Amino acid sequence: MKTLPRILMVFAVGALMMLFLFPMWRITLYAPQYPDGVTMYIWINKLEGETPGTIQNINILNHYVGMKYIEPDAIPELKYFPTVILAMGFLGLLAAGLNRYWGYWVWAVLFGIMAALGMYDFYLWEYDYGHSLSDTAPIKIPGASFQPPLIGTKDILNFVAESYPHTGGYLAGLAGLLALGAGWLSLRLKKKAA
Amino acid sequence: MKNTPGILLAGFVLLAAAALLGTGCGNKGSGKLSAGALAGDAASAVYIPPGEHDEFYGFFSGGFSGQVSVVGLPSGRTLKVIPVFALDAEKGYGFSEETKPLLNTSWGFIPWDDAHHPKLSQTKGETDGRWLFINGNNTPRVARIDLSTFETVETIELPNSGGNHSSPYLTENTEYVVAGTRFSVPYPQKDVPVNTFKENFKGVISFISVEPQHGHMDLAFQIMMPAFDYDLASSGKGPSHGWTFFTCYNTEKAYTLKEVNASQNDKDFIAAINWKKAEEYIQQGKFTEVPAEYASNRMNEETQSAESTMKKSVRILDPAQCPGLVYFLPTPKSPHGVDVTPTGEYIVGSGKLSANLTVHSFDKMLKAIENKAFETEIDGIPVLKYDEVVAGVVKEPGLGPLHTEFDDKGNAYTTFFISSEIVKWKIGTWEVLDRAPCYYSVGHLMIPGGGSRKPQGKYMVALNKITKDRYLPTGPEMNHSAQLYDISGDKIKLLLDFPTHGEPHYAQGISADRVAPNSKKFFPIEQNKHPFRALGEKETKVVREGNVVRIYMTTIRSHFAPDWVEGIKVGDEVFFHITNLEQDWDVPHGFSMMGAQNAELLVMPGQTRTLRWTPKKSGVYPFYCTDFCSALHQEMQGYIRVSPKEANVPVKWGLGEDAFPL
Repeated sequence: MKTLPRILMVFAVGALMMLFLFPMWRITLYAPQYPDGVTMYIWINKLEGETPGTIQNINILNHYVGMKYIEPDAIPELKYFPTVILAMGFLGLLAAGLNRYWGYWVWAVLFGIMAALGMYDFYLWEYDYGHSLSDTAPIKIPGASFQPPLIGTKDILNFVAESYPHTGGYLAGLAGLLALGAGWLSLRLKKKAA
Repeated sequence: MKNTPGILLAGFVLLAAAALLGTGCGNKGSGKLSAGALAGDAASAVYIPPGEHDEFYGFFSGGFSGQVSVVGLPSGRTLKVIPVFALDAEKGYGFSEETKPLLNTSWGFIPWDDAHHPKLSQTKGETDGRWLFINGNNTPRVARIDLSTFETVETIELPNSGGNHSSPYLTENTEYVVAGTRFSVPYPQKDVPVNTFKENFKGVISFISVEPQHGHMDLAFQIMMPAFDYDLASSGKGPSHGWTFFTCYNTEKAYTLKEVNASQNDKDFIAAINWKKAEEYIQQGKFTEVPAEYASNRMNEETQSAESTMKKSVRILDPAQCPGLVYFLPTPKSPHGVDVTPTGEYIVGSGKLSANLTVHSFDKMLKAIENKAFETEIDGIPVLKYDEVVAGVVKEPGLGPLHTEFDDKGNAYTTFFISSEIVKWKIGTWEVLDRAPCYYSVGHLMIPGGGSRKPQGKYMVALNKITKDRYLPTGPEMNHSAQLYDISGDKIKLLLDFPTHGEPHYAQGISADRVAPNSKKFFPIEQNKHPFRALGEKETKVVREGNVVRIYMTTIRSHFAPDWVEGIKVGDEVFFHITNLEQDWDVPHGFSMMGAQNAELLVMPGQTRTLRWTPKKSGVYPFYCTDFCSALHQEMQGYIRVSPKEANVPVKWGLGEDAFPL
């Protein structure tokens, strides 16, 4: 029983590492002439379209209204996020080694802060893409912005934009919950023992 | 005349009765069918709701249009027209530098042919949805269409042939595509009086091997046959795999007024060719390698360009030197179609001037060969005794039998041109089960998989030769008409009438799930190895070498790069090498140049296509995108400055500053 919180925490680290195997976020644009939708995946270290041409296709759509081109190489977060996640994994294993309830909770809180900062950063990027429009855009719509939703569904001109976590994102969320659970279990075991 | 008042009276009474009952017979001619005569709810049987797909692909030859049209069944909607032996200004086929070699022959560039019989590739006797083969009748050729792109990707010319009609009728694993000549010609071709036909003319049957992975065709061997007309063919299946059967008419060897002189013999033949035996003879070296000149043209998938190779010789087998290679099965009378049943056991010969339909047995044929039950011999080819090979006769089923296809329940369906109908009969008992009128004068018919080991049944299409009043009139010439029937029940039910393109001589049908999943959406640009590609706007350029100018241009929504070029001179030979950078489904860009004596280009995503232009007048001329590609399609245009021959304008090109960074 005593090792259960530790096992949970190891699972939490494992779930977090899934960010390297699965995309964390998905944005899909739907319109009648795009029956399959145009889907872009956000990974911890890269942006990827449903097909090799998808990012180009999104850029083609965006250029009509003068949005910036999505150039994954120009997004610094994609370069240092992996290090942050690896560090969190390392700290998680440390917490598991320590096997104290507060250790788990500190990790969970830290992870929560990270996630919130990540979401805020994501919002800023979306805001920037949606609002920094070229002066020479062929199509100008006064007052319009083309910012995709942070999470949820939104109409943008002729498109319905959907923005939701993907497998990696859900598993990262699960990692946070597992850490909280490990802390709670660890505290209960401690109280029982006392 | 005595009876006239009685008949009139009877007619009068009938009319009165009809009026009383309120059952108007309609005012159409007797050959017409009113909508009420359609069985059940025919409309809903062929109705495909918007956005939904047909169950079958149909591939209809265009005959003299040189094309193949792709038709959805049961709706009868035309999905696409594929140019094969025809120029197609729409797609630039035969106009672009990449596709021109596909129409090359030993005579040079021949932009047209008479495309007769489409035939789907098969694996183990079933249609596999990989390729469609079709023959060109006029300047003997065979083409291959790739069913992942629905584009013609290969053609091969046939030497020593005079009209490639009995073709392609491939074998059950697509080992060979066959090609028999309908017109015998002098062999070797030479300047002789026409009336020396009997001494100088020969009929040649070709076997074209198909390489299983890429489908590449090569002329494996030819068989030197008597100077008959080799009309149609059918390859064996199952037990008869290894044999191909050809109908022969004009066994009279007439060369003039054939309609009379080639119709005199009571029996002509079905030639049974043992091609496995032929392979053995080839292995043993029993062939003569003779000089020949014929073109083999293939689309290179990597360079996206067709290459034409002139071949120099062909291997010929002489049946007189190769016992067991060919046998003749006597068949009344000027047989047209020959069709092997799905079991491979029966060979149906449609003697088009005969009152009956003759069915031979493959088993009996083998026994007759074993027992040497020969009637005579022609040029070393044994003629088997009719009674020893015939399995049965369908008695007086109709007039002018032409072609037979099969369903999945052991029934056969034969077209009758003169009596304008399709007759359903039972294989084995030879009894007529049903008949359905055709509008009008049916030639071929098609049941999806109906020529394979596994017919898919369900539908049957009649391909008619005469249209007359079936649709709104369109002047003296009308598209040929087709009828779709439901054959899933005991009775043939007419469902739909639809016009076709050109003159379909034959068609193929295949369930959509064998083709649709492999259909390409675009060409991955990283696989483009075209020698004049530009895989990004950074690679675009204009290169002058003497008076040849190559413009490496790209397209993306919604501009060309470059979109202005200067330094072109009158008399230059200009090549526009257009690479479409798009990587999305259904985003081709077009390209057209004012004053170019050429067609447009329609460039698929990821593809490079080349238009040749020789500017004739100095000035500044526009080019533009012809395919409505995007919201800014009307802006997708550019200018070329043409200077006089002696001018000294430097070569320059460009694109505005806010260009897409590709």
